[in-house]
Amino acid sequence: MPLSFYKKPALVVYVTCGDPDLATTREIVLAAIEAGADVIELGVPFSDPVADGPVIQRASERALLHGTSLAQVLTLAAEIRGYAQSTGLVVFSYLNPILRMGMEKFCMVTRHAGVDGVLLTDLPVEEAGEYLHAMRAHDLAPVFLAAPTSPDARLRRIAEASRGFVYAVSRTGVTGARQQLASDAKKLVGRLRRVTNLPIAVGFGISTAEQFEEVGKFADAVVVGSAIVETIERNRGREAAAVGEFVRKLTAVSPQLTE
Amino acid sequence: MAALEELEREYERAKRDKKFQKRLQELLRTYAGRPTALTFARRLTQKLGGAKIYLKREDLLHTGAHKINNCLGQGLLVERMGKRRVIAETGAGQHGVATATVCALLGFECVVYMGTEDMRRQELNVFRMRLLGAEVRGVESGSRTLKDAINEAMRDWVTNVRTTHYLLGSVLGAHPYPTMVRDFHRVIGREARAQILKAEGKLPEAVIACVGGGSNAIGIFYEFIRDKKVRLIGVEAGGRGEALGEHAARFRGGSPGVLQGTYSYVLQDSAGQIATTHSVSAGLDYPSIGPEHAELRDAGRAEYVPASDAEALEATTLLARTEGIIPALESAHAVAEVIKRAPKMKKSDVVIVNISGRGDKDIGILRENLSLE
Repeated sequence: MPLSFYKKPALVVYVTCGDPDLATTREIVLAAIEAGADVIELGVPFSDPVADGPVIQRASERALLHGTSLAQVLTLAAEIRGYAQSTGLVVFSYLNPILRMGMEKFCMVTRHAGVDGVLLTDLPVEEAGEYLHAMRAHDLAPVFLAAPTSPDARLRRIAEASRGFVYAVSRTGVTGARQQLASDAKKLVGRLRRVTNLPIAVGFGISTAEQFEEVGKFADAVVVGSAIVETIERNRGREAAAVGEFVRKLTAVSPQLTE
Repeated sequence: MAALEELEREYERAKRDKKFQKRLQELLRTYAGRPTALTFARRLTQKLGGAKIYLKREDLLHTGAHKINNCLGQGLLVERMGKRRVIAETGAGQHGVATATVCALLGFECVVYMGTEDMRRQELNVFRMRLLGAEVRGVESGSRTLKDAINEAMRDWVTNVRTTHYLLGSVLGAHPYPTMVRDFHRVIGREARAQILKAEGKLPEAVIACVGGGSNAIGIFYEFIRDKKVRLIGVEAGGRGEALGEHAARFRGGSPGVLQGTYSYVLQDSAGQIATTHSVSAGLDYPSIGPEHAELRDAGRAEYVPASDAEALEATTLLARTEGIIPALESAHAVAEVIKRAPKMKKSDVVIVNISGRGDKDIGILRENLSLE
C-alpha cells in the first residue's frame, strides 16, 4: 500500500508503542485513524533516544519496563493492518534494534506485517547503503529526516534516497511541543521542493490546531508526536478516547479532498 | 551532519596549519606541562619480581589526567570556527574539568553534562568545574552515568548547533571525533616511545592502558602499532560480576551495534537495547568502546582483558605504597593488569603502564571501599 496524502494537509500521528502497553497502543492507533489520521508512525522504544525530548524519553522508559521490543511492535503493526486497510504505516526506530534483528529479517517481517515505510532516526543517508538495498528488495519506503541545517547538496541526497515522503524537521532540536514554531520550517520545505516531488511532512514541536493549520499551508503533511504522547500520559485509563478527541480537533482544520 | 562536516573540514585544515600546530604545542608545553615523565617503578618492579615497569605519568598533566590534550586541541578549533559556547559530557569529571579549564583559558561559555550518580561519586570534580566557571547540569535519566550524559549533550548540540561546539571527550561518537581525539592524544605514545628508547635502549615488550571510551589507551598505543613485537593490552572494567549490567567489559559480553553515532562493540540485550554497566570507576563505566579499539582487537593487534573492582582497588593501594603514586581508579585497572602480568615476564622485559590520571577525585570512593585503620 503506498503512503498516501489525500487530504491537505494530511495528518501523521506518532506513538511510542508499549506505553502504557501494547493493547492500549492498538486502541489508541485505531482511535486516531478513526478520527482522521492518514499515516501512523509506530515508535519502537529505545534505551538511548538521543533525538527525543523528555516526553518521548519518558514514554520509551515506560514501554521498555514492560519489555516492549521491535518484534512486538511488528506484530502490533500486522494487527493494525488487519483493521485499517488504507492507512499508511511507518515503523519509526533507532538503528540498533534493527541491526540486532538483522536488516534482511527486519525488512522481511516488516513487509509481511503490511507496513509501508521505515524511518531510522540515527541512520544518515550517507551510511544507508545496505539499508536501502534491503528496503528496495522488500518494497518498503525509506523515509529520511531533513534538517534546517542540511546544505542543499545533502537535501538532494536525502530526496534521491527517500520514498513515500520526506520528513522535514521543523527546527534544530529534539522532539517536543513548543509554543512558537520556528521560521526554519517554511524555508526548509521551500528548499526541499526544489529537489523533490515527493510529499513533504513537517514535524517536531507541533501540538495545537493553530500550528497544524499554519504548517499545513506549506507542507503536504504535518507530524504530531510528543503532543499525542503527552495526551496519552495525561489521560490514564482513557487514552484512546483522549487521543481521538485531540486528533479530531486537528483534522477539523483540513478540508476533505475526494479522489 | 552539517556540523560534523564543518568540524571535519576545520580539523583537516588545522592539521596542515603550521601556526595552529605551533600554538597547540606551546600550550601543551607551557600550560599543560608536557612532556610528562616516564617513571621507572623500582619498588613495584622489585615487589612483583618480573618485568621492569615504567609508568607514563599523565597524572602529572595539568588538571590531573590526559584529557586536556584533547581539550586544548578542540578548544583551538572552536576559536577557528568562531563559536563561543562549548558543551561536554563527563563520566568521572576529568574531561569536564579539562573542558572547563580550557574554556576559562580561551574565554568560552561552558556547560558540562554529568549523570547524577557520577556527580555523587566524583564530588570533587563537580566543585572544580563550577569554580572554573562552568555550568554543570545533572542528568537524571537512564542509569544517570556517562552514557546518559552523552545523550543529553547530544540533545543540546542538535538544538544549539549553530552557536555551540560539542567537545566530546573520548574516541567515540560520529566521525571525525574518534580520529580527531586520537590524534590529539598521540603525543602520549610519541613521548613514551622516545623516552623508553632513551631509558632502556629498546622498545617495551608490552604497553598497558585502561579502556573506557579508549582515549588514553589509543593515545599511548598508536605510536607503537607498527612495532609488531610490542604487545598492546587494553584493560576494561570487570566490575563486580560477569552478568550483563555488572561490568563494562565490552569485549567480554558485547556485540556489534550502534550507539550515539558509533558502530562498535556494545553491551546490549537480545532485543538491541543498550545495557547498563557497572564499574567502581566512573570513567570506564560505558557500554560501547572506541571503534579503533574494536578494529585493533579484531585484527589481533591488541588484546583486551578485564580487571575487577576489587583488583583495581587493591592495585591503588599497592601503587600508593610502593611508588607513592595514587592513581585514578580508571588507571588502577591498568596497574591491576601489570600486577598479574609482570611476574610472568622476564626480568629483562620492559612494560609501560599508562597512568592516565591521579586519584584525588576518588578519595570518597576509596574511603568507602578500603579500610585503612
